[in-house]
Amino acid sequence: MTYTQLGLLAIVAMVVVDLWVLRTRLLRRRVFWTSYAIILFFQLVTNGMFTGFGIVKYADAAIIGGTSPVTGPPPFIGDGRLAFAPVEDLMFGFALVLMSLSLWIYWGRRGVDRTPTAGPPVWRADDAGE
Amino acid sequence: MARLSYVAILAFVLVGCLWLEIALRTRVLARPRRLLLTLLPVVVVFFLWDAYAISQGHWWFDTGRILGLYVPGSVPFDEILFFAVIPIASVLTLEAVRSVRGWPAGDEPDDA
Repeated sequence: MTYTQLGLLAIVAMVVVDLWVLRTRLLRRRVFWTSYAIILFFQLVTNGMFTGFGIVKYADAAIIGGTSPVTGPPPFIGDGRLAFAPVEDLMFGFALVLMSLSLWIYWGRRGVDRTPTAGPPVWRADDAGE
Repeated sequence: MARLSYVAILAFVLVGCLWLEIALRTRVLARPRRLLLTLLPVVVVFFLWDAYAISQGHWWFDTGRILGLYVPGSVPFDEILFFAVIPIASVLTLEAVRSVRGWPAGDEPDDA
C-alpha cells in the first residue's frame, strides 16, 4: 500500500478505536478538537523542520506529490505538500494523536492514575476546588 | 553535531510543552503508570508502520542528521523517540486545555 492509502486507513482505524473499541468518544468532545487544533499548528512547525531541512524524504510512488529533492527543500505548499511535508503526514499525525489521547482517557476511565487531575493553572491557585 | 538534528527538533517539542506541567498543573508526569500504558501501544503500532514504510521505500532519512542508532526493521532510534515524544506532547496539550477550560474528556470520577 502507498502512504496515502495507509494514512486514510489509519484515520479510519483510529476513529473506530475511539468510537467503538475503547469507546472514549473523544471525537465528539470539544476538548479533543481544541487540543487537536493546537497540536496541528505545532505539527506544521516541527514537521516543517523535519521535511524542510530534508531530514526525512519521501518517494513519489508513495505520496500524492513528487519525490523530495536530493538537495534543497521541497515546495512549501503545493505538489501535495503543506509546510514542506506531504499532506499524508497530516493523516499520520491525526491517527497518532487520536490513538494517544484515546488510550490516555481509556486508562483514566479504567482507574489507572485517574488522579491527580489537571489544573488549576498557577494564576488561578485560589479556585483549587475544580 | 548535525547528527543531533532530528533529536534537537524533539527537544524543541519537549521544551515547547513540558512547561505546561508546571504552569497549568497538567499533572501528566505525575501519572506515570497511565502515561506508560498509553505510550507502549502507540510506539508499537507506529514502529510497525515505520518499519513497513521504510522497507517499501515510502520514506528515508538523511543519515547525516540522525543519531545513527537503529532498532530492528532498519528504523532509526530517533523515530522511536518521536513516537514517545509526540504522544507526551499531545497528552500535555489535552490536559492543558482541560486545566484552563474545565471541559470534560470522559474520564471524570463521576462519569458513567
